[in-house]
Amino acid sequence: MDALVAQLQMQFRDYTISLYQQGFLDDQFTELKKLQDDGSPDFVAEVLSLFFEDCVKLIGNMARALDQTGTVDFSQVGASVHQLKGSSSSVGAKRVKGLCVTFKEYCEAKNYEGCVRCLQQVDIEYKALKTKLQDMFNLEKQIIQAGGRVPQVDIN
Amino acid sequence: MAVRDLSSSSSSPELHVLAVDDSFVDRKVIERLLRISSCKVTTVESGTRALQYLGLDGDKGSSGLKDLKVNLIVTDYSMPGLTGYELLKKIKESSAFREIPVVIMSSENIQPRIQHRCMTEGAEDFLLKPVKLADVKRLKELIMRSGQAEEGKTKNPCTKRILQDDIDSSPSSSSSSSSSSSSSSSSSSSSSSSYHDDVSSLDDDTPSSKRMKLESRVHD
Repeated sequence: MDALVAQLQMQFRDYTISLYQQGFLDDQFTELKKLQDDGSPDFVAEVLSLFFEDCVKLIGNMARALDQTGTVDFSQVGASVHQLKGSSSSVGAKRVKGLCVTFKEYCEAKNYEGCVRCLQQVDIEYKALKTKLQDMFNLEKQIIQAGGRVPQVDIN
Repeated sequence: MAVRDLSSSSSSPELHVLAVDDSFVDRKVIERLLRISSCKVTTVESGTRALQYLGLDGDKGSSGLKDLKVNLIVTDYSMPGLTGYELLKKIKESSAFREIPVVIMSSENIQPRIQHRCMTEGAEDFLLKPVKLADVKRLKELIMRSGQAEEGKTKNPCTKRILQDDIDSSPSSSSSSSSSSSSSSSSSSSSSSSYHDDVSSLDDDTPSSKRMKLESRVHD
């Protein structure tokens, strides 16, 4: 039992570190983890779930705004990008946030192709993060089910 | 109530914070940050809702909504409808709520000019998003300390009376100090210099605008 827990904990540690190293997450995610405790053990998962819902909604808005026949209202696209930039920043979704910065510039420049490209990338990126975090949360569950505690991972 | 709370050294009254943000994600995060810092929290999604909660929206029926006194308002700057700045203004214009400290949160895009405008209008502080636990802890200490400074005075009724006389005899009373805080900051600093002793429990680097607010709080 202990060997299994130790192995899972090591896997979890390595996986978490890789997410930071690959730029999926930044230290705001670490900040969110600080807010989780035995009283609120699912806080991070809940916030991230809200974030992913936000992604679906906002990306939908952006797609609709970009899909106009005739003139595109870039300020409308930009407004949704601004919101997504905000929430991705709040949860530590580093790559999504970075894409939003570029996306916003394209909106301001009224660059249609640039916007469409960013939209596609943002869609891919949030889904990739969602999958990665799902795997991470699953590892946490396995550790707990095996009778262990989820270790604090020191990113530095 | 204040005197009784201070006499038991271990207990400090819980701050009730009203948090305003149009982002669901940010509301959840700020709520948790505040709860973990032992604050009571009410979150609303817009400036309009915040005014409704406070009973400031002119709708006479809504003033019964809030069951707890609000000790601090934390608001996002850029929101659709009423912006954080506009909300700040409305709060500082109201006689009932102008003493409540208001903190503005925003992302790094906010220009210094806008930050200055908010501080001039009476904002207590400016928090850069994403907000961290350390920010909330620091904020809470700031608010509790200014609250303690006020309670320290009211604990001794003689002291309060002396201070009251000082303030009454001074050229600027509390009503004018509130309006002068929205004008140039140089006028605030000159009128607050005579109250240095009254707010001696504050650090030397406390901005003069805060000293102004504190002396007007002593009036209550």
